[in-house]
Amino acid sequence: MIRLKAPFMNIEQLNAGDKVMISGLLYVARDQAHKRMVEQFEKYHTFPVDIRDMGIYYAGPCPSKPGQVIGSIGPTTSGRMDKYAPVLLDNGLKIMIGKGNRDKNVIESMIKNKAVYIGVTGGIGALISKCITSQKIIAYDELGAEALREIYVEDFPGIVIIDAKGHNLYD
Amino acid sequence: MKKISVKKISQMIEQLCIEACCVLNDEVIQSYKRALDKENNPLPREIMNEIISNAALGNLEMIPVCQDTGMVIVFVTIGDQVTITDGNIEEAINLGIKNGYEKGYLRKSVVSDPIKRVNTGDNTPAVIYYEFVKGDLLKIDVMPKGFGSENMSSIKMLKPSDGLDGVKSFILETVVKAGPNACPPLFLGIGIGGTMDKAAVLSKKALLRNPGSRNNDDDYNALEIELKESINLLNIGPAGLKGKTTVLDVFIESFPTHIAGLPVAVTICCHSLRHKGVIL
Repeated sequence: MIRLKAPFMNIEQLNAGDKVMISGLLYVARDQAHKRMVEQFEKYHTFPVDIRDMGIYYAGPCPSKPGQVIGSIGPTTSGRMDKYAPVLLDNGLKIMIGKGNRDKNVIESMIKNKAVYIGVTGGIGALISKCITSQKIIAYDELGAEALREIYVEDFPGIVIIDAKGHNLYD
Repeated sequence: MKKISVKKISQMIEQLCIEACCVLNDEVIQSYKRALDKENNPLPREIMNEIISNAALGNLEMIPVCQDTGMVIVFVTIGDQVTITDGNIEEAINLGIKNGYEKGYLRKSVVSDPIKRVNTGDNTPAVIYYEFVKGDLLKIDVMPKGFGSENMSSIKMLKPSDGLDGVKSFILETVVKAGPNACPPLFLGIGIGGTMDKAAVLSKKALLRNPGSRNNDDDYNALEIELKESINLLNIGPAGLKGKTTVLDVFIESFPTHIAGLPVAVTICCHSLRHKGVIL
């Protein structure tokens, strides 16, 4: 078990199959937030948050019940972010967290940029919500579940699916 | 004639949506436990244990087992001796969904247009199928369908000469393509026959069954078991990280078809097979 905390340094030492526990800051973004971040970058060469050495968790939570930090929040299918991921990786994003396959372009970009892809068991959103200690929306509020969020996590469990050398645990 | 008010229908739909998203049917939980028993390696065992704990937590705290609380499919079976009063059934169903998704803190995942993609804000509209039968029964089944698995579902118009072998290969191919994306271990709803649309609806309807229930026809019953066994040799496994459990169960429904056709639809459902029903 390897413990990770943002900012993520030396993560090229991780290997596909390594189990990890993440603590600290992560961003949460899925389809529409990715589309908007990349559109903003294409126009202004900026992102709404500093993604250098950070991690993005591909997810869109349920609304929080009273007393809950966040609603259920399991990973969404990462492949839908493949179109946008290389731009973020080229700009310093180090960790992507989700479930399912990535395409060739993303894997090549991961090798070039020394980034890793971490998998979380899909469909256990209730359990995962317990690893999140705080959350706030930082952009695209109007997107609801698809807004860009900042979350703090503790002992957030994952497994390295694709490492920075391009080894893939799904193969 | 039996009179049923739309108000009653809205209330029931509201409850069914919340329950379906938070409380998995006991047969589903039992299928997880059987899968856990079959797995020998630590990783698939750990994943099955996560899935079991997650289901228990959803039930205990009445929180959704999965954040994708789906687009709602509603199956309505109406007897010819039933009169719906006080309004329109379709509006009543959508009102029930709106209330259920709000009160249950369920995620609103529906956009009003597939291209423009603006969230409707209340998870409506539902996809509704009506079936008319004899008698004074009104049966409502609610299935919140998640899209991680829906996106990996597939349909193919096979040739009659492709036969049963063609059907089996297409189903296996679909599961292989889905790989880790659809949150395995999976449930498969399979519709064979009819027209393209009929096969698709049958594949959804098949998912209203519970694990362990078999098709009444001996041949389809045997095919369900055979497919389950052959798919579980694919070694995709829980979370796609290898193992003996790639599917938890396979449900087939069939319908007469045309002399020129052999439609096959495969609806993939993740390990959270969610449906709740009521008879009014």
